[in-house]
Parts: sequence; structure tokens; C-alpha cells
Amino acid sequence: MIPLQHFLLIGAILFSLGLFAIITRKNAIQILMGIELMLNASILNMVAFGKYDKIDNTGQIFGLFIIILAAAAVAVALVIIMNLYKRAQTIDPNQTKSLRG
Amino acid sequence: MIEQIIFYILTAIAIGSAAYVVLSQHLVRSVFMFFVTLFAVAGLYVFALADFVALTQIVIYVGGVLVLLLFAFLLSSKDALDAVAEIPSGLLSANRLPAVLIATVFFGLLAYIFCNIDFQNLNWITSAQASGNVKSVSDDTIKNIGVNLMSRYLLPLEMISILLMMALIGAAQIARKEPKTL
Repeated sequence: MIPLQHFLLIGAILFSLGLFAIITRKNAIQILMGIELMLNASILNMVAFGKYDKIDNTGQIFGLFIIILAAAAVAVALVIIMNLYKRAQTIDPNQTKSLRG
Repeated sequence: MIEQIIFYILTAIAIGSAAYVVLSQHLVRSVFMFFVTLFAVAGLYVFALADFVALTQIVIYVGGVLVLLLFAFLLSSKDALDAVAEIPSGLLSANRLPAVLIATVFFGLLAYIFCNIDFQNLNWITSAQASGNVKSVSDDTIKNIGVNLMSRYLLPLEMISILLMMALIGAAQIARKEPKTL
């Protein structure tokens, strides 16, 4: 058996990498990939704890829900990115200034 | 023994490819490397005895989300494909140092917490082990997931389905061409 700590540490590493991507990247699609990485880390945690819940299976079911929500979020976000490119000719979030006060 | 070896190989693949995704300056390579990360993480789900979640990950993430990402990426950023090395590379350059600090401090905090908790003596884990509520490798989890989705988690399932429909209708509405006369 693999101890629970190892799953959680892997999840923590993936989450920190996603956080790093969100802070440093200059491309909206890569920021979205960072968010997906963080979501995957959280699903890994859910699933690892779900091992101790055989009857209700809460961890796995909510892991499935997270995957579905991530798919919906990606669909909406990509449409927004495409529209942003159509208006501003860039997908760098730092260069879209039209909403800046 | 073989279980541990495969698990740690998958761990190394997942973390290495995720680091490549995060650090690479080449945008297309990082998108393709994300495939590898998602497959490796799906393998880790199997080791957490969640085979159905792993299959869903492969079908939805690798088959749907990533193809959508690649599609939008190739449609939108033609100039970003050419101008590769605008950002100065190197982990510790001036505009990356704060991000490195934040990420490492956050990871250190999480790792400190995980190393200090004694998981074998947590209340709910010991009670689950006492009542035989722990999954074993030979369990049939898919049937359990189906029964639970249709009974205990029916309300969240319906809410998720309505939300998914709203998101897709909203995406179609935003993506529509704007009328010429405003």
C-alpha cells in the first residue's frame, strides 16, 4: 500500500507548479493550463482520501464533479479568449487595458 | 514491491512533465507535454483505487479539454508561435523570482502540514478502518459510484447538469458573431 502522505505531497507539488504557472505566464491559455493543473492536484487529494469511504464514495464522486466543472469552465474560458483575441489581437492578459480604470 | 516502483515512476513522469509545462518557453511543446501530465495523473488515480475517475480523466481531459485547448491555441496566437523567447528564461530572473518564492513557500507550508499530521491515528480514518469502510483492490467501485450517483448524490448531479447546460449555452452566446448594427 502507498501511504496517504505521498499522494498529498504529489498533490501539493502539482498545485504549487500550477500556482507558479498562473503567476508567471503571459499567455491566457497557459494560465488556463495552470488552473487545470491545480484542479488535477485537488482531484488527486479527493481521490486519495476517498479510499477511506467505501460505502458513500464521496471522494470519487466529487472528483468526477470537479472534472465536469473543469470541462465547462474550459469551454467558457476558451470562448472568452477567442473573443479577446478578436477584439484586442492579443491573448496576453497584461496587455488588455480597455477595462483598466 | 512492483506497485511501489510503478507508482514512483508515474510520480516522476507527472511532476517532471508538469515542471516542463510550467517552465518551458516553447508554447506548443508545453501544451503537448500537458498530455503526458494528464495521463500520468490518471495513472496515479488508479493507484488511489479510483479507476472510473481515471477513465473519466482520460476521456474528458485528454480527449476533450486538451483538444479544445490546442484548437483555440492554434486559432488565436499565431504571432505567439513565432516570438518564442521574449521572456528572459532562467528560473531566477527578476520577473520570476517572486513567483518562485510564493510557490515554494506555499509548497513548504503544505508539506510541513502533511508531514506533521499522523494520518494513521486520525479519528475518521481509524473509525473507517474499524468498521471495514476501507476500499480494497478487488472492490467493484463503478457499481457503487452508479448507485450513489442515482440515490445519495442525485441533487448535486442535477445541479451540475443544469450548470453544464448553462455554461454551454453561455459559451455559444458569447461566441456568436455580433450584429453589425448596434
